[in-house]
Amino acid sequence: MAAVTFDQIGKIYPDGFSAVRNFNLEIEDGEFMVLVGPSGCGKTTALRMVAGLEDISHGVLRIGERVVNHVPSRDRDIAMVFQSYALYPHLTVYENIAFGLRLKKVPKGEIDQRVHEAARVLDLEPHLKRKPRALSGGQRQRVAMGRAIVRRPQAFLMDEPLSNLDAKLRVQTRAEISKLQHSLGTTTIYVTHDQVEAMTMGDRVAVMRKGELQQVATPQTLYDRPVNLFVGGFIGSPAMNMIEATLQRSNGNFEAVAGTQRVTVGQETLSQRPGLTAFEGREVILGIRPEDIEDAALEPDRAGDARLHGKLVLREALGSEIMAHFTIDAPPARTEETAELAEDVGAELTEDAPQESLLIGRFGARSRVTEGDTIEAAVDTRALHFFDPETGLGIYEGSNTKGAG
Amino acid sequence: MAEVAAQQPIVVPDPSDTVAARIIRIAGKLPVNLFLAAIGLVWLVPTIGLFLSSLLAPNDFNSKGWWQIISKPSVATWANYSNLWNSTDIPHSLVTTAEIAIGGTVFPILVAALAGYAFAWLEFPGRDWLFVVVIGLLVVPLQMALIPMFSLYNKLGIFDTVISLVLFHTAFGLPFAIFLLRNFFIGIPKDILESARIDGASEVRIFSRLILPLGLPAIASLAIFQFLWTWNDLLVALTFARNTQPVTVAIYTNLRQFGSNIDIIAPASFLSLVIPLAVFFAFQRYFVQGLLAGSVK
Repeated sequence: MAAVTFDQIGKIYPDGFSAVRNFNLEIEDGEFMVLVGPSGCGKTTALRMVAGLEDISHGVLRIGERVVNHVPSRDRDIAMVFQSYALYPHLTVYENIAFGLRLKKVPKGEIDQRVHEAARVLDLEPHLKRKPRALSGGQRQRVAMGRAIVRRPQAFLMDEPLSNLDAKLRVQTRAEISKLQHSLGTTTIYVTHDQVEAMTMGDRVAVMRKGELQQVATPQTLYDRPVNLFVGGFIGSPAMNMIEATLQRSNGNFEAVAGTQRVTVGQETLSQRPGLTAFEGREVILGIRPEDIEDAALEPDRAGDARLHGKLVLREALGSEIMAHFTIDAPPARTEETAELAEDVGAELTEDAPQESLLIGRFGARSRVTEGDTIEAAVDTRALHFFDPETGLGIYEGSNTKGAG
Repeated sequence: MAEVAAQQPIVVPDPSDTVAARIIRIAGKLPVNLFLAAIGLVWLVPTIGLFLSSLLAPNDFNSKGWWQIISKPSVATWANYSNLWNSTDIPHSLVTTAEIAIGGTVFPILVAALAGYAFAWLEFPGRDWLFVVVIGLLVVPLQMALIPMFSLYNKLGIFDTVISLVLFHTAFGLPFAIFLLRNFFIGIPKDILESARIDGASEVRIFSRLILPLGLPAIASLAIFQFLWTWNDLLVALTFARNTQPVTVAIYTNLRQFGSNIDIIAPASFLSLVIPLAVFFAFQRYFVQGLLAGSVK
């Protein structure tokens, strides 16, 4: 097992496309690192450079102490789980798992013992004599895992290993991979576009956008203190609501004013973001997570100045909660990042600047709101997010400092 | 989802599997099957005729009809075959042909498989242009090469040898073989090869442990084509083999102007026809589809 270090790594394809730029990341020995980002952000390219499947254009890549820039894949002592599993179709499950060991000329007895051990851990023992085509998707995925763990490599590389499984199996396998990684303690780099996988599995998560690293932090830090608009919008589901607002001081309180809506900035938010005072009288982007918006009828003891007034356009009842989609008369945040985030989820922003924003709130299941209602939503002001509209950076300590990360 | 489709089918007693249902099903297909059998029979007439002719003694051939083979007493005799075996050079020619055909099949496939892998999966400068050249060679007619090769073989001193024929067939079999195998190999999912590379396999290992077994259907069909072509070749053999007679040339030299030695030609032709047929059936089981199923989603 070993640390993996990206030092100023860059990848430029022959056609001039720069897939990864100035990428610095230190993955500690035994760490579970998740690379996450929308499609085309360079996360898979970064992983394939560790695997030796892509040439490295700039920088130095180390596995342990060894610089591996020009070491061929077969000598890097890493194992990879592919999105497609890439099983050898003409070999049985046993032969698939033993393939790497046989190439390394491991003694027969030891191969046998290690394959059976891996098969036991992965619950594959009854299937060892079968060919991949006779297995279900979940079993194939486990064979791919078995092929990796049996080699006891320096690091595991996983390229969206769960994306071909159905939703239920994905949740189950997610937990199994986490458990397995913890018990083996092997350094793991895991690539995914699914932020739920990133949050639940990673010791730390690296968020990428357009070939550049945005923020590396623990999942909770990413959620609480996103370094910029992009991370704020990418982490969390449903995504953070973002509206344009102006900061004003009234009666000693800080208020974010958006259209006719006024949201008092809570003391807790203010103490975590002293930099906000510098933005008095200026435009900011206000971010409110859906889980901080509740039906005011269910929160009668919340102060009135943290309320949003709007019209419910869609009610999605999930049983345990209700996703309330409502519009308010405040302009939505429109930056390059928000446009990209919208594109990633398949939505399209219209050209003209509307004066209405669509917000999502997670209302309690007892909420009685129905579509078309004029509603009052209570905002938990303890965890508001603020971003500088010019730089897109989160507003934390000073006027131009970055967030934790 | 795809995963559901990949589950093992559950065996449920099929209600359409009763005797009555089966009779109806067979009866329904009867006209089609009869039609196909009729076509097959028409196709086989020359072969059957050749076989029956080979069973007639030379004197009977002109005076008796084929139906007398199945009438009683039958005029059929294996004498032609035993005569062929004991007192002509046909058996020796069959061996020569086998040497040429096996060499002319194994060599081009071996070279083409290596070349096909390189063209499909290895990066080297000028790869695509070189492949275009190989495709271009497909249209070169081999007749064009007969005379230059004739003098070249003379200079090299290998004229009239099995080697010279094997080399010629290899050279002219290669373009198509490379073309076919490269196009098949490129269909093998890239992930499998990358996975093997990470698992520690060298290019040689990838070729021998993955490409060859996965390419077996293409290699088998190519082998049959190439084998039949070299086995049945007359033109090349007639040009380069005077004394090293393969069976096609041997039969040809037995054709007298008035064709009265049918007792040699018929059994020899039939023998030279049966052997490639056996080869075809031997390789046929490798034409399995779906060899790649289950590797990648």
